[in-house]
Amino acid sequence: MDILQILISDSFWAAALRIATPLIFGVLGALICEKSGVLNLGIEGIFVAGAMTGWMAVWLGTGLWGGLVVAALSGASLGLLHAILTVPLGLSQHVSGLGITMLATSLSSFAYRTALPQVSSPPRITPFQPLDLPILSDLPFLGPVLFQQTAMTWLAIFMVGLVWWVLERTPLGMAIRAVGDNPDAADAQGLSVYGLRIGAIMAGSALMALGGAFLTMSAFDAFFFGMVNGRGWICIALVIFASWRPGKALFGAILFGAFDAFQVRLQTEVGAFVPSQVFLMAPYVLSIIALVVVARRADYPRALLKPWFKGQRG
Amino acid sequence: MIRIEPRDAPSRLLTIGVPIMSAVIALGLAAVPLAFAGANILDAYTQMYIGIFGSVFAFTEMLTRATPLIFTGLAATMAFRAKLWNIGAEGQLYLGAMAAVMVGTGLIDAPSIVLIPLILIAGAVAGAAGMAGPAYLKVRFGADEVVTTLLLNFVILIFLQMMLEGPLKDPMGLGWPQSAPIVDAAILPQLLPRMRLHAGLIIALLATLVAQIMLSQSVWGFKLRAVGENAAAALHAGIGVKRTLMGAAVVSGALAGLAGVSEVAGLRGYLTADLSPGFGFTGIVVAMLAGLSPIGVVISAVFIASVFVGADTMSRAMGVSSFLADLVVALSLISVLIGGFIARYRVSRVKTEAT
Repeated sequence: MDILQILISDSFWAAALRIATPLIFGVLGALICEKSGVLNLGIEGIFVAGAMTGWMAVWLGTGLWGGLVVAALSGASLGLLHAILTVPLGLSQHVSGLGITMLATSLSSFAYRTALPQVSSPPRITPFQPLDLPILSDLPFLGPVLFQQTAMTWLAIFMVGLVWWVLERTPLGMAIRAVGDNPDAADAQGLSVYGLRIGAIMAGSALMALGGAFLTMSAFDAFFFGMVNGRGWICIALVIFASWRPGKALFGAILFGAFDAFQVRLQTEVGAFVPSQVFLMAPYVLSIIALVVVARRADYPRALLKPWFKGQRG
Repeated sequence: MIRIEPRDAPSRLLTIGVPIMSAVIALGLAAVPLAFAGANILDAYTQMYIGIFGSVFAFTEMLTRATPLIFTGLAATMAFRAKLWNIGAEGQLYLGAMAAVMVGTGLIDAPSIVLIPLILIAGAVAGAAGMAGPAYLKVRFGADEVVTTLLLNFVILIFLQMMLEGPLKDPMGLGWPQSAPIVDAAILPQLLPRMRLHAGLIIALLATLVAQIMLSQSVWGFKLRAVGENAAAALHAGIGVKRTLMGAAVVSGALAGLAGVSEVAGLRGYLTADLSPGFGFTGIVVAMLAGLSPIGVVISAVFIASVFVGADTMSRAMGVSSFLADLVVALSLISVLIGGFIARYRVSRVKTEAT
């Protein structure tokens, strides 16, 4: 099989979209937080929390959609904590975010170990199944790539549209962008900078948790330690790459997914000559290169990382 | 209405009291997950205490655990003081360990007095290079160092696995992905007979002293702090901001690299991919608890190490997951952040007149 054949195969593009799905959730979540002016490095831990709580809820009998609600709520509550620390208290967004990641990861691991003290392999749930739509799922190429994904992939794509519409076309979105660009002006217009930022961080964190939940409820069927493996950090890089635009974020996530799917396939082709680690490294190296290339042109929300206190003009 | 205003200068009492209170609060909060796990809380804390102070061996084990945390805590301190967000100490630690193994497993035949300084320098240089890269990308291209250092951790760890399955693999290692053992002449000596505590601690304390003097007494330290407090003002005052950031990066990376050398040549004797259970990340907590003061790093490293060692003992004795230690560490970080706010700002209620 040569490279061209890989690139035109339906299984390759299906895999690319599957790999991209958690990143789409994560990058949208990070984008919403940052549009309001707050970096959320809690993302890596919120992924873990979403993966753990969603899966455990399903295991306890909430059903798959109930599990997603639980995951989103756990993400939103971690987001609320980050929001309290960084918005009214104005503390370092970097350190608070890392603290949230540590807290969420250790809390998830502790809860998992406490609920299941002795198990060597975790109990499995029945995850989201590939869609089986009449006619559409049987289409050549498009069927396997688009219409045999799970419902979560479609939810992710729907969220891209929703986030774009809210941010670009509604008064709420304009308000969020205003507090992320110029909180003084937003405040003067009577907008609640604190309220909008806290709300944006909670909504964004809920989306991040859904990205984590995809791992345990769609990609796999159980929770493992270390399964998030830097996906959250990659989302932080993707937001910059996407220049804070939902459409470009979708493109970036799929590009990343395609690259990741490609390296796995290439590995089976040339694995005999090149150590497998070269391919494992590639996604992270690629993210760094992409970041360096776009860094100067990146259109940062102007108030990103800048704490703002009511009644104090900065 | 609530008004938040900065204090003129945080009092000495608050500067020292806040981290201590944060540590106590974090330990106290651990009672909640302990109760959820169904453990007798008093017994649990007693077991933790025994795990740290129960014997000379336990105490030296705690100091052994504190040693790498002093290095990574200093690494975070030196970078964060310049507002350079080095979140890559974990990777730099492994670069240091790899350099130590390359030099210290038979490449050079020399007495300890030559070989030990040599592996320390090799590890420091490797760690420094690991942070100089992202810092250069920051000052030259504006690439956010938070993301680049975070992602480099993964790249370096995978690179390490490649090396341990390839060039660095121990031919006598029965196929395990581990390096050849460090030669005797390069091993950091033990400090007490039959204890694992090693000279890495002495080196860590020396590094603390040097870091403290560099930061508070030298012109370099003054520039570094000026850049951290207000980069625009520092530039205006004629300080080479980029140069200073590069300097902070090199020092920070070198300290993280030394953590790797100390672990591999002082404790393990050979390199595996699980050398560090997140010392790089925990170093950030150590630095924040210490209020970014090098001397304070030693104290907070001892505290965090106590939490880990104590929780290990408690976990073995009572069957409570040792993830509790990670939880306490995370809670300490969040408590000290909030405490830092209380130390820096005055929150007061003011009456607002109706308009």
